[in-house]
Amino acid sequence: MNFDKEFDASGLACPLPIVKTKKSLADMASGQVLRVVATDPGSVCDMQAFAEQTGHTLLSSSTENSKYVFFLKKA
Amino acid sequence: MAGKKMAIIATKGALDMAYPPLILASTAAALGWEVQVFFTFYGLQLLRKDLSGIKISPLANPAMPMPVPMPVVVQMLPGMESMATMMMKAKMKKKGVASLEELRSICIESDVKFIACQMTVDLFEFQKHDFIDGIEYGGAAMFMKFAGETDVCLFI
Repeated sequence: MNFDKEFDASGLACPLPIVKTKKSLADMASGQVLRVVATDPGSVCDMQAFAEQTGHTLLSSSTENSKYVFFLKKA
Repeated sequence: MAGKKMAIIATKGALDMAYPPLILASTAAALGWEVQVFFTFYGLQLLRKDLSGIKISPLANPAMPMPVPMPVVVQMLPGMESMATMMMKAKMKKKGVASLEELRSICIESDVKFIACQMTVDLFEFQKHDFIDGIEYGGAAMFMKFAGETDVCLFI
């Protein structure tokens, strides 16, 4: 999937993957896609909840090489 | 959801109890919530410029996982608190847990409002210069005004 920016949250624990994802989205334009990579298993549910509450679209949530990969489209 | 609000009363100043208010406040702010944290009694420690005095104690904390079983009489020896704190901080760092300083900075950057309880500031004879800049000072009535409008209100 194409993306405009990437944020690597590998090694970070709750709540850093979420609060730093929010920061990464801040300077992006509406409709742009952010790819987030995380190692915190809690980030799977958290990213879903983050998207639901902020209006950003979680285009996909998957596991690659034992890491969690998310694609978020900015609202 | 835009427009949601959360108020937290932070009353504890031990390392483990310092985390929940800062984690929830920073997360709620990332979700677009308006957040206020009212620091009172030992919670005021979280507003000090220097957070290095915040410690964890194994004493009277039987649920704290220890690398080796430690009798209570050993836990009360001088230096045990500092050692437990050092070990806990090292473990947190290894696991990618943010430091209190980092979480607090994130809260401030994301416009979480910090309020120091004036009564307990006076009680413990704290000076304004002990605390970080940008905080407000207030009382219970000020807190209740905001708390009454919130969706989530927690006492920690």
